Amino acid sequence: MAEPRPVLEMAGIVKEFPGVRALSDVDFRLFPGEIHALMGENGAGKSTLIKVLTGVYSLDGGTITLDGRSVRIASPLQAQQAGISTVYQEVNLCPNLSVAENIFIGREPTRMGRIQWKRLRREAAELVDRLGLDIDVSAPLSSYPLAVQQLVAIVRSLNTGAGDGEGPGTKVLILDEPTSSLDRDEVLQLFALMRRLKEEGVAILFVSHFLDQIYEVCDRMTVLRNGTLVGEHMVSDLDQVGLVQLMLGKAMGQLDELHEHQLRSDAGDTLVQADGLGRTGGIAPFDLEIRKGEVIGLAGLLGSGRTELARLLFGADQPDTGKVTIGGRRVSMSAPNDAIGAGVAFCSENRKSEGLVPDLTVRENIILALQASRGWTRPIPVAQRDELVAKYIKALDIRPANPEARVGQLSGGNQQKVLLARWLITQPKLLILDEPTRGIDIGAKAEIQKLVVSLSEEGMSVLYIAAELEEVLRLSHTIGVLRDRRLVAQIANGPEITTSRILETIASGEHQ
Amino acid sequence: MSATTQSPTASDSRTPSSSPSRAARLLGDRRLPVAVTALLFLLMYGGGLARYQYYGFAEPQVFLNLFIDNGYLLVAAVGVTFVILSGGIDLSVGSMIGFTTMFTAWLVERQGLPLLVVVPMALAVGAFGGFLMGYVIHNFEIQPFIVTLAGLFLFRGLCLVISKESISISDSTVSSMAQAQASLGVGFLSIGAIVSLVVLAVAFYVLHYTRFGRRVYAIGGNEQSAMLMGLPQGGTKIAVYTVSGFCSALAGLLFTLYIQSGDPLHATGMELDAIAAVVIGGTLLTGGSGYVLGTLFGVLVLGLIKSIIQFEGTLSSWWTKIATGVLLCTFILVQRFMTTRKKA
Ligand SMILES: Nc1ncnc2c1ncn2[C@@H]1O[C@H](COP(=O)(O)OP(=O)(O)OP(=O)(O)O)[C@@H](O)[C@H]1O
Ligand SMILES: [Mg+2]
Repeated sequence: MAEPRPVLEMAGIVKEFPGVRALSDVDFRLFPGEIHALMGENGAGKSTLIKVLTGVYSLDGGTITLDGRSVRIASPLQAQQAGISTVYQEVNLCPNLSVAENIFIGREPTRMGRIQWKRLRREAAELVDRLGLDIDVSAPLSSYPLAVQQLVAIVRSLNTGAGDGEGPGTKVLILDEPTSSLDRDEVLQLFALMRRLKEEGVAILFVSHFLDQIYEVCDRMTVLRNGTLVGEHMVSDLDQVGLVQLMLGKAMGQLDELHEHQLRSDAGDTLVQADGLGRTGGIAPFDLEIRKGEVIGLAGLLGSGRTELARLLFGADQPDTGKVTIGGRRVSMSAPNDAIGAGVAFCSENRKSEGLVPDLTVRENIILALQASRGWTRPIPVAQRDELVAKYIKALDIRPANPEARVGQLSGGNQQKVLLARWLITQPKLLILDEPTRGIDIGAKAEIQKLVVSLSEEGMSVLYIAAELEEVLRLSHTIGVLRDRRLVAQIANGPEITTSRILETIASGEHQ
Repeated sequence: MSATTQSPTASDSRTPSSSPSRAARLLGDRRLPVAVTALLFLLMYGGGLARYQYYGFAEPQVFLNLFIDNGYLLVAAVGVTFVILSGGIDLSVGSMIGFTTMFTAWLVERQGLPLLVVVPMALAVGAFGGFLMGYVIHNFEIQPFIVTLAGLFLFRGLCLVISKESISISDSTVSSMAQAQASLGVGFLSIGAIVSLVVLAVAFYVLHYTRFGRRVYAIGGNEQSAMLMGLPQGGTKIAVYTVSGFCSALAGLLFTLYIQSGDPLHATGMELDAIAAVVIGGTLLTGGSGYVLGTLFGVLVLGLIKSIIQFEGTLSSWWTKIATGVLLCTFILVQRFMTTRKKA
């Protein structure tokens, strides 16, 4: 088959970090007008390959050819100038600047060196509008939730090099897990955009742990395992089972074995009772009862108030109406400490800004919350501590399985696991998980879901938030449906409840 | 995410964030600290008027003197504002000012060079000193605190290399410039005051209307992100220290004009006054948030404390330091409160 010339070719790429060979002899190529998936488990080296390509990390070996010419890219700026725009895995924007500025900074429209603010804001509003986002572009980025920030990052990357006639225009667009915090509608919007760019001849590199998404938009894929190249395939030639096998290096056990876990309808006593709890601008007052050992899943679209509800139950935001009792005792919820004291743990969706301390080790990060709940004057005995840490590293399959590794150097998915371990180790009565499987590969995802089930069987209550409806449905005893910042229904899970039933409820706002 | 039914409510439910309540919005507004400082200044000025109005406090010239007596501090503080906005710190300011006074006095008095030649030389030396510090901070990834501390000692030491004694300036150009007054009808401004206001205006323009200015805010917000966004964060950082060095040298020239002498001990500790003015003006020490206009009010507040204490007459001048300290503490606490509110 006569293939066109690849726009980008990487050959024999080697990248070493102290003690880890993140990439060894990886080849990768990208054709114009294709959407190419880069696949692999957490820590396989996907993000590293992207960072080597875009000049964040220096190469330890290998060559990069762009448009037939050998290039050396020493910084993200040079990558942009060469026509490669990138959305990195974590949202990497400036929270203190406005949305509009984040989209344009570095390429602001100017006249004689003077930034034209009106034009900048107008153009930013148009770009944001095209993605179907309805936000005020002059508000600081930090005032919006993670998903919106993610979309803003995408808007920025789409606009890099385009428009102002300075750059060559985007030839290669790299999206490292752009969909991890988006809901279905945003994903569809993004896919439509990606397809349009593909028509225009842009080569797109796409990373996602959602296999369905890969099969929906991608043409070709490259699979990595442990920093080595496993193979390059057309998506149409390889089915999901085969792909998973390539990624893991072994066949995957049945994912759905936990499906039929007992949904005890008459579960334990009431653990948490919220009456008329609400916060203006956050979520309308709601009543919610969580029983011991119950898993409550929250379903709803982006911005429907899922996270806001969880934050109220943790005291991260102060409610202005209503009251909460936990285990029969009234809790004031004026600060997270009140909730922690009452046995609530909150695993935030935003691991970068609210969760992990990148410069501390895995062990220190895991132990942080437990130590805080004991008070700093009573250190955990070393032997007990090491045993606990080892146990959770194993249970969640954190890689590298080295408690002394610095968290900042772990792959995105492994960081998420560390955050999860931190809260699991405190053995809370109520565990709030906000998008716990965000950015986690399918193998580990199944492990985490199994863990939630077994925790609930041991009597821990869980409030589970996930964008993926199947996930919510599979795990929850009760499903709380949110819409427009209102808890509109609480549905007892059962065989007759399906994702489409839930979607109907989300759409209509009522459950019959 | 494999639900195939598309939600029919797509349009109305994709408004991800409700607008925060009015009060929350006001508290989160980055301009609030500037407004608070401006209000404080007005209150203090009003208090001064009420208390000393029969002693001449109401004279417009008393107000204008704030600019005349603090012009050099304003210029230095503007430079420091750039550095703090970018997330750094500059401790070399006072020494650089002292050095510039010595350098200028020595060249004018001992070497007989014309002022017109000396001024660009002094500015170039200051900018180059700042550039060097920025270069070291960026290329060797050393804490700005350490590097500029080294700069502090270095330039103070260089003062003594030039001369151990103070050099008073009798050059006629200098004294005529020092005495020049621009009449405003109700009062007058000195050259130093006018230069400082021009510097302020230029800084405002640069920070808000040029790409460089916005990069300063961006690297102060998150340096790592700025790098990943493809902003030349290294060059910006070096430029910021160069600006600060240039401003310090200019402040040094204004100080020379104000005091008409060079002295190895001039402006000792003035970097701290400059930093205090910036912080009181509402700029966050962590970088990325603040306004150069706030710095003006910070300087005015500090200047007003000094003049009120002078009007009081019986108070020792140490009260200036005590009042500054108290204000600084209060403002840092307010900032702390505001940033934690915003995160919650
Ligand atoms: N800065 C760094 N220093 C040291 N090791 C690193 C660094 N960055 C990544 N690594 C290591 O390199 C390996 C590959 O990580 P990478 O982030 O590329 O994984 P990934 O495929 O993107 O995974 P994920 O799906 O979890 O995002 C991991 O073992 C990780 O610990
Ligand atoms: Mg990654």
